[in-house]
Amino acid sequence: MTKNRLPGRLYTALIMLFLYAPIFVLIVFSFNATKSRTVWAGFSLKWYTALLRDKQILGAFYTTLAVSLISAAVSTVIGTFAAIGLFDMKRKLRSPVLFVNNIPLVNADIITGVAMCMLFVALGTFLKFKLGFGTLLIAHVTFNIPYIILSVMPKLRQLDGNLLDAGRDLGCTWFGTLWRVIFPEIMPGIINGALIAFTMSIDDFVISYFTAGSDVETLSMSVYSMTRKRISPEVNALSTLLFVTVLILLLAINIRSRGQNKSPETR
Amino acid sequence: MEKELIRLENCTMAFDDEVVLDNISLSIRDKEFLTLLGPSGCGKTTTLRIIGGFTKPVSGGVFFDGVRINDMPPHKRNVNTVFQKYALFTHLNVFENVAFGLRLQKPKLSKAEIARLVDEMLEVVSLRGFNNRDASSLSGGQQQRVAIARALVLKPRVLLLDEPLGALDLRLRKDMQNELKRIQQQTEITFVYVTHDQEEALAMSDTVVVMDGGIIQQIGSPEDVYNEPKNAFVADFIGESNIVDGIMRSDGEVEIFGRRMKCLDGGFGKDEPADVVIRPEDIDIVPLGSDAAMLTGQVTNVTFKGVHYDIIVDFKGFKWLIQTTDLSPVGGKIGIKLDPDSIHIMKKSRYSGMFGDYSSYSAEYDDISDASLGEDDVEDDE
Amino acid sequence: MRAARRGSIAAKLAKPQALAAPYVLWLAVFVAAPILIIAVFAFVRNGGGFTLSHFAEAARSWKVFGRSFWLAFVATAICLLLGYPLAYVLSRESANVQRVMSMLIMLPMWMNFLLRTYAWMSILEENNGLLNRLLGFLRLPQLHIANSPTAVVIGMVYNFLPFMVLPLYSVLVKLDKRLVEAAQDLGATPVQVFRRVTFRLSLPGVISGVTMVFVPAVSTFAISKLLGGGKSDLLGDLIERNFLSNKPFGSAISLLMMVICMVFIGLMNKFGDGGEGTLAI
Repeated sequence: MTKNRLPGRLYTALIMLFLYAPIFVLIVFSFNATKSRTVWAGFSLKWYTALLRDKQILGAFYTTLAVSLISAAVSTVIGTFAAIGLFDMKRKLRSPVLFVNNIPLVNADIITGVAMCMLFVALGTFLKFKLGFGTLLIAHVTFNIPYIILSVMPKLRQLDGNLLDAGRDLGCTWFGTLWRVIFPEIMPGIINGALIAFTMSIDDFVISYFTAGSDVETLSMSVYSMTRKRISPEVNALSTLLFVTVLILLLAINIRSRGQNKSPETR
Repeated sequence: MEKELIRLENCTMAFDDEVVLDNISLSIRDKEFLTLLGPSGCGKTTTLRIIGGFTKPVSGGVFFDGVRINDMPPHKRNVNTVFQKYALFTHLNVFENVAFGLRLQKPKLSKAEIARLVDEMLEVVSLRGFNNRDASSLSGGQQQRVAIARALVLKPRVLLLDEPLGALDLRLRKDMQNELKRIQQQTEITFVYVTHDQEEALAMSDTVVVMDGGIIQQIGSPEDVYNEPKNAFVADFIGESNIVDGIMRSDGEVEIFGRRMKCLDGGFGKDEPADVVIRPEDIDIVPLGSDAAMLTGQVTNVTFKGVHYDIIVDFKGFKWLIQTTDLSPVGGKIGIKLDPDSIHIMKKSRYSGMFGDYSSYSAEYDDISDASLGEDDVEDDE
Repeated sequence: MRAARRGSIAAKLAKPQALAAPYVLWLAVFVAAPILIIAVFAFVRNGGGFTLSHFAEAARSWKVFGRSFWLAFVATAICLLLGYPLAYVLSRESANVQRVMSMLIMLPMWMNFLLRTYAWMSILEENNGLLNRLLGFLRLPQLHIANSPTAVVIGMVYNFLPFMVLPLYSVLVKLDKRLVEAAQDLGATPVQVFRRVTFRLSLPGVISGVTMVFVPAVSTFAISKLLGGGKSDLLGDLIERNFLSNKPFGSAISLLMMVICMVFIGLMNKFGDGGEGTLAI
């Protein structure tokens, strides 16, 4: 049954054009010889070399990378344990916790950001600290954990309860069961959640904007401050590099998993 | 007779005030094949989980080799389990599934030792060469064997099996029954087996424990529970039974339908009401009007079953199931004869009057009752 | 005796629910407390005591509320109209195509969203914009959409379309194809199959997609600043400008917006679950 897939594919191609047009523009103009972002003046790598010398942009990039990596790791640990704990809870106890858990997911980023900012300012005057990397990190962990729980919970629901008994039966202590049975079985969910968390952190602007204070800047924030004057094509260059890196990574994962899928069939 | 290995003493179990085990006591001998048999929710899985250490009884004692083990966690008990639907670790291959418990043993076993033990055990369950297969890529029967190997490789004194054949199709089930019996005899390990399938229980066990409503109804050899059921529940659950009200006039004489008949049972009070069991295959059909005919009835339904016919016969409004090789047409009248040894008398119990009447019999009767029993023991689970 | 008691304490600690304790604490401090702070600011008079005056002040910005919700509504509708067919086509492709395509839909998220939005400025610009140059090259009339609500909507659709497509896709791909066949077998035309079976069963995806697009769209402030030319304020801009200088006012607006969104989401979920009759097309 081979239906005519052409209209569907054509439509998909059009949407893809829409999604990728600005990215294409960005990449092309990262190689532009002048600062213009509309007029092509010839090929040049000067923005890439300038990027390597630009301490501000590189600093913002490192901050972004650090906060994304650390918050993904921290939220994965807290979130995975939390999911296991929540799963074990009675419904009466679980529902209110899950309700609060969902607030950052459905709430507008700007409200999450503003609210946390107010909390940090209030706590800061009390405990004598200023908004900075620490508060930025806390904010990221806070909005990342729900994604971890969201992707781990279904895996726990799929888990055959007997597996846990089987682990204990075969000699695992309580902790051993957690380590040797539960974690490996729900690992795909954990990894998936960690990836989502990392992506969300990298892409976040609004919450970082409100919680990072004036001394720390993520990449999104420096881009935003640049929009008031003019965005330096160096940022285009950095984004192009990032984009290509992710593209290569995803392709590699994709090819590997395709290879894995094939092996059992050929056996 | 081997000595006692496990003893449950007055064990009671309740979840949220719902009693699932009511003061049961049970003794399991070394090297025997004991089956816990009963319908869904009867408490059989809970009993198994108490022995395995997955749940603690609210009251009562669990003894292993004479030592009280109520508070001993599962991993310290010399008991292993084959779980419902196998519970194989999907993130591990066959070898690693079987090696799982070995790797946790102290003192640590060498790699070569583990490999040797695993290979040996895969040989026992006829899975040689499956080492590197993914657990999820195996058929039901093969997964079953892995689950058995995984538990047996730890050389437990007792193997607990929770409806291990429940997910297999009929043919495979029969094969695995023989296979399990062979493994049990070969390894000389005590098997405690949970099932709702009475045929399976009769075919495999040394001892059958019939349970219902959290209470042990009867313990005995397969022959005992079939031939000498203690009450109407056991009589109905194991095999097919016609159960009618009777009155013991004296030892060796019972009255049913106003007729006195000879029987082999005794020990009842004079004129004590009793439940009378007559197995469908023990009823002889005799020509109508002959001297031998003790009762006469009308055939209302005939079903061909291959080896025999199931016929339903109406005796004064009470319908009996009779298994016979002779074809009697629907609507025809027949006479029947009951030998003294085909009549079994039981004391009245709370099950009296609930079973043993085939008024609602239809050809699908067996399928319906099987289906209702085929569900998982949901109530048994925590 | 002592060993037994230690055992029981360990057993209590070993309750898996204890694993959630750190997170429950985290939620209380970093999710619940901030929202409470906003609520306190919104309802408390400057000198202390309960007041609704901040809300009265917020209500004076009704034009901004109207504009924000209208633009978010338009953007969400366009996302649904564009995203549903895409998700549907995608769910009918082979597994490999599906994997590559869903990857391609997520990939843009890895490029900073402000930069991507900024790139739209280059495309839409009035005089030297790439789109107008292309149109000029094709001898077509010029478009004047830069720094307009249209540009803001384009930016919203562009940024949030993946959030519409992915939930829709994940519901559609799990949809039991036999149900479609059953409907056909029972005499439904393709349009009826879609209306009565496919769309109905994909409602959970529609709801979560609409939620995931509408909420960020109604609260955005960067997109409107970049593409709207700062001419038309949206709620996000209002909150951003006021939350530090005039906390009670900013809090009241935030709380209002939050409540409206929650009610909206709640209503949708209610219709999605039980109100089949009301949603029957």
